[in-house]
Amino acid sequence: MTIATENSTATPAIAKQPARINWVKAAPWLFTLGMFLFWEMLVRGLGTPVTILPAPSRIFQAVVQYWSPLLKNSAQTLFTTTLGFGLAVVGGLAIGLFIGWSKTIYAGLYPIMIGFNAIPKVAVVPILVIWFGIGTIPAVITAFLISFFPIVVNVATGLATIEPETEDVLRALGAKKLDIMLKVGIPRSMPYFFGSLKIAITLAFVGSVLSETVASNYGLGNMMASAQSQFNVPLVFAGLLALAVEGIAMYSLMAFIERRMTGWAHRSTMAN
Amino acid sequence: MLEIASEGIATGTTSQPKEHPMAHLVSIDDVDMRYGGADGTLAVSGLTMRVGKGDFAAVVGPSGCGKSTLMKLVTGLHIPQVGTVIVAGQHVTQPISIVGMAFQNPTMLPWRTTLENILLPLEIVEKHRHRLRANKKEYIEKAEHLLELVGLKGFGAKFPWQLSGGMQQRANLCRALIHEPELLMLDEPFGALDAFTREELWCVIRDLHAAQGVTIVLVTHDLREAAFLADKIFVMSARPGRILKEHRVPFERPRDLEIMYESRFNDLVHQLHGEIAQARVTA
Ligand SMILES: Nc1ncnc2c1ncn2[C@@H]1O[C@H](COP(=O)(O)OP(=O)(O)OP(=O)(O)O)[C@@H](O)[C@H]1O
Ligand SMILES: [Mg+2]
Repeated sequence: MTIATENSTATPAIAKQPARINWVKAAPWLFTLGMFLFWEMLVRGLGTPVTILPAPSRIFQAVVQYWSPLLKNSAQTLFTTTLGFGLAVVGGLAIGLFIGWSKTIYAGLYPIMIGFNAIPKVAVVPILVIWFGIGTIPAVITAFLISFFPIVVNVATGLATIEPETEDVLRALGAKKLDIMLKVGIPRSMPYFFGSLKIAITLAFVGSVLSETVASNYGLGNMMASAQSQFNVPLVFAGLLALAVEGIAMYSLMAFIERRMTGWAHRSTMAN
Repeated sequence: MLEIASEGIATGTTSQPKEHPMAHLVSIDDVDMRYGGADGTLAVSGLTMRVGKGDFAAVVGPSGCGKSTLMKLVTGLHIPQVGTVIVAGQHVTQPISIVGMAFQNPTMLPWRTTLENILLPLEIVEKHRHRLRANKKEYIEKAEHLLELVGLKGFGAKFPWQLSGGMQQRANLCRALIHEPELLMLDEPFGALDAFTREELWCVIRDLHAAQGVTIVLVTHDLREAAFLADKIFVMSARPGRILKEHRVPFERPRDLEIMYESRFNDLVHQLHGEIAQARVTA
């Protein structure tokens, strides 16, 4: 509709414009296509055996052949990941606000958090299995554990970096700590929070797949592990492809939410 | 409107020598303020000053002498280690909400529109916060009236980052005024403005003071600004700051911008300039 009206009113010089290719918009697709083409040619040129590196054409073939288990396991992984991620958002936001609340809490909890984050999560999975058995629960928890840290750090940073002058304006009016947090701290930390969601969602996939690989009978991690033990390398790669697609989709969703919720942050920094 | 203003000044001038303590809205007595512990920076020392109700006071002095510190002492953002600060008969031991404050750089919140920014104090100040929801319309009208006063009519729906620096400072002024403070503290509010906008805002402040009888303390680097606006000018020493001299500005009100081209105006500015230059050297 809008395009039609634009064209009808546009001068001939401008009317040509839609014919031009928007290279920036097209670039992601072209580069992805280019990567697959390069990969295909490399594998064919070198004659690499399929058990080492299958060509993209072979992987797509596997996608078609195993679409049903792929779909089922992808759904399972997406489920555990988003559940773990959702818990991380709630928990990360709460802990981030708690930590950012006071300098003492910040100072006390920060080293603990760092130490906790430094523990490889693969080492935690066996403990989770002892507590919860194998399956969905340890995968959700691993996704949660790995993805909540960046959220906590970002929210706490947003709170801790309130400009003293802004705080003074409110304090001079008799604002309590809670007022300052509600009126300034939380809105201010929202860009940090939504920015961290992009990092957190990709990490959540790492966590859930990791746990599925070592301690589950479902999910893409488990599917890839069993495909690998049967030397079904194309299926392993098909699993990776599914993960990449899910990862990109969730990342774009988070980026979209970020833009919608905190547009002012982008525009206000652009204006400066 | 003008009658009220001239009346206020008349009482101010007649009661000049040794006023009754209750006549002062702000009294600072022998105040020392040190930042960062026992061996930190001594910002002000032996600071004593009084500002009468309805007065327009200006504070000038060398850079870093403790003018902003003085503002924060009066608003209760800092509590002095030595001496007393009394505002409206109350010993200041915590932030007091009868003050409106405008800082040099406009601290507008970028996620709120200009109008929402101006309404912010009403969400905080005890007196208004409970009335805000029910009387929203009345308050918005008031904010829009203030916007019109500073020449920002119709800009309420814009975000601060859509305004120029000067427009933001005007909005900042509106925010300092929305809760009808008895005392308005302005810390170099016209710092980053061009000469013409600045003069325009001087007139806005002048008229506000005349119309509403609010007490104003203005910190400024601009001696002409101080001489044009104030009834009293305090000259501060270099750090640690104290009041070196207190000038009574003799020009009658209402004042016109033309006054700045008169010789008595220039004599005052010249004198102030000499005193500050002196204060810098003896530091
Ligand atoms: N938060 C702080 N912590 C430590 N020292 C401070 C702090 N704020 C100010 N000071 C020191 O106190 C002194 C007075 O500072 P103040 O900001 O009151 O000066 P000022 O007169 O407002 O200066 P200017 O005219 O440049 O704005 C300065 O030497 C400064 O270094
Ligand atoms: Mg200052």
